[in-house]
Amino acid sequence: MAPEASGLASRVVGALRQAAITGLIAFGLLLPLIGFNTVQNIRNELILETRWPLLAAMVAIIAGGRFLHALLIAPWLARRALRPRPEHAPRARLARWLVPFALGFAIVYPPLALSITGVQGAVKWIDNFGVQILIYVMLGWGLNIVVGLAGLLDLGYVAFYAVGAYSYALLANSFGLSFWILLPIAGCLAAFWGILLGFPVLRLRGDYLAIVTLAFGEIIRLILINWVSVTNGYAGVSGIPRPTFFGIPFNASDEGFAARFGLEFSPIYRTIFLYYVILALALITAAMTVRLRRLPIGRAWEALREDEIACRSLGINTTNTKLTAFAMGAMFAGFAGSFFAARQGFISPESFTFMESAVIVAIVVLGGMGSLIGVAIAAVIMIGGTEIMRELDFLKAIFGTNFDPTQYRMLLFGFAMVLIMVWRPRGLIATREPSTFLNARRALPSRAPQSEETQASLVRERHG
Amino acid sequence: MEVFTQQLINGITLGSIYGLIAIGYTMVFGIIGMVNFAHGDVFMVSAFIALVTLLLVTTWLGIGSFVIALLIVLIVAMLFTSLVNWAIERVAYRPLRGSFRLAPLISAIGMSIFLSNFVQVAQGPRVKSIPPFFNEVIVLMSGNGYDVAVSYKQIVVWIVTAALLLVFWFVVTKTALGRAQRACEQDQKMAALLGIDVDRTVSITFVIAAALAAVAGTMYLMYYGVVSFADGFVPGVKAFTAAVLGGIGSLPGAVLGGLLIGLIETMWSAYFSTDYKDVAAFSILAITMIFLPQGILGRPDVEKV
Repeated sequence: MAPEASGLASRVVGALRQAAITGLIAFGLLLPLIGFNTVQNIRNELILETRWPLLAAMVAIIAGGRFLHALLIAPWLARRALRPRPEHAPRARLARWLVPFALGFAIVYPPLALSITGVQGAVKWIDNFGVQILIYVMLGWGLNIVVGLAGLLDLGYVAFYAVGAYSYALLANSFGLSFWILLPIAGCLAAFWGILLGFPVLRLRGDYLAIVTLAFGEIIRLILINWVSVTNGYAGVSGIPRPTFFGIPFNASDEGFAARFGLEFSPIYRTIFLYYVILALALITAAMTVRLRRLPIGRAWEALREDEIACRSLGINTTNTKLTAFAMGAMFAGFAGSFFAARQGFISPESFTFMESAVIVAIVVLGGMGSLIGVAIAAVIMIGGTEIMRELDFLKAIFGTNFDPTQYRMLLFGFAMVLIMVWRPRGLIATREPSTFLNARRALPSRAPQSEETQASLVRERHG
Repeated sequence: MEVFTQQLINGITLGSIYGLIAIGYTMVFGIIGMVNFAHGDVFMVSAFIALVTLLLVTTWLGIGSFVIALLIVLIVAMLFTSLVNWAIERVAYRPLRGSFRLAPLISAIGMSIFLSNFVQVAQGPRVKSIPPFFNEVIVLMSGNGYDVAVSYKQIVVWIVTAALLLVFWFVVTKTALGRAQRACEQDQKMAALLGIDVDRTVSITFVIAAALAAVAGTMYLMYYGVVSFADGFVPGVKAFTAAVLGGIGSLPGAVLGGLLIGLIETMWSAYFSTDYKDVAAFSILAITMIFLPQGILGRPDVEKV
């Protein structure tokens, strides 16, 4: 009994010491910017205000968290690491059920939302959550081709999204073409830009490629801002025609959707229609990715990601391989962009900042590069999570009426990016299904699961 | 001619600030091979720390002497920014060392988003401006109704930058610490075998990078008189361009690249259009990386199988 007690005591003392050190560091970090606040007084002069209680509270929370971590969580993690890992068969089964379930949920989501929240609430839930998340799922899946499959880190992906959006907006406004004609045109234009911007960066790799694509993305945004005669600059393009139900507009007129189908007019029909359009577009992206991975070009992408020099020595044309990856990824961004323009009815360069690119890259990498399910989960967590911040009005009751949860969206987003990277550097779903199986799987059906697992574990470990 | 001389003076001032930030990029890239994406935001945080210290020194302590105030602000900003960057390295980058290639970059992007939004939430989204001070200028020459002038602020920026670069150069080339740093740059495993604490050396690299960024932040605040939470990204990218242009990994290259970028930017604004000055900076970045990836003073990167 006695040694245990002294062991506990020494652990508590150790934890206390660590908490004190952490608290001291936190105090130093937070003192200048939390301890002091620069505000303007009535005469427009900057003055300092102190916020000691806030500083003390934050330092106390951090030190307390460190104390609990050192005393309870760290030993628990150490114990867990010692235990033998369970077989990951249950997870495989979960994955098998997850896809049909998620798909089914995505399809019945609008009627479900409609029946639970009624027409007024459903517009918000379907548009802000459903459509918003699905746009990012689609962008994530599109970028997944470039980053996840071909291994080319593209930090300027939002440029192609912008190309798609402006193509639709400008062509529809100038020539009055419909959404369904311009959707493929916008995709083609974005793919063309993908090749155009992909061409100069063929020789670059890794971080350098990332920075140059970032530069391209910013250049396109700056051109959108400054080329006022075409793009209307910061003011953006407004009055973009909304998509029609294959020629039937969603308005209150006699020719409108509601009147034709004998329904009472409501904006909810358009929202639901848009939801299914983006769902279909996203699923097309996913289906094409799955198919492409089995084609020679898809295998060339994955080979390129693993080792470019080996690829070249095996006779793969790396130029074509990279350019097709850029073009494919850009095309889907173009589709998503023209959908975005049609949904919003208004676009401006503000929607296509570097931050958007970073968010999409974050979704792909956090989800686990190359994993379609992982990317979708990451999009739901990151976008749904930040959107739900808008709904947390009850926090005002706790922190006072000045508290605005939406301010903290990007703060938490950045924090989550760092946290997930440190926790799981390979992303949420690090296990990737092998693209190709040896024929042995078919030859020995009884041993199939095992061989599949061995191959999966080969893929899992640090390759790619 | 007068316009050219004036822009030369302005460009060198701006270039000194870029050069100081660029050293941070180039050092970190040299030692652990990552683009420290958050460095621009560390610079912005340092400018805010300098702002708070300046207000503290002038309004609370009532120190009127410009030189003493500046000295205190510089030292405090350097200390606190170093602590910030040390903590960032410890929390966000060190656990990812030896992980796959893109993990530290993604973590750094997350850190960059976190820092700028943290400052936005903690200090408010408005642009902070300090009262104008120390506005005297020296008129060098005048002609065609145009005065070419050097402001005292610009001279201060030059002197402080030159002094700090000298100290920095001394640390890197003449001390045991600098030797350890250069050894880690060349071969971390070998350096570790020879008894160099690699983790400590990397930490110190981040601290030095932050200290120089803090000097740049203080100079930026003093020179422009305004700072906002969004001021990290574009100067960060430009300083990174400077580091690449000079040859990433090369310390003199970073300073040279910074001066070049500063000059190009001011000349571009003077002779072409201010609208597209950022486009010019980004284009130089892309063009350098594509056609001259080793930079002006860098060594070519040979890839071995």
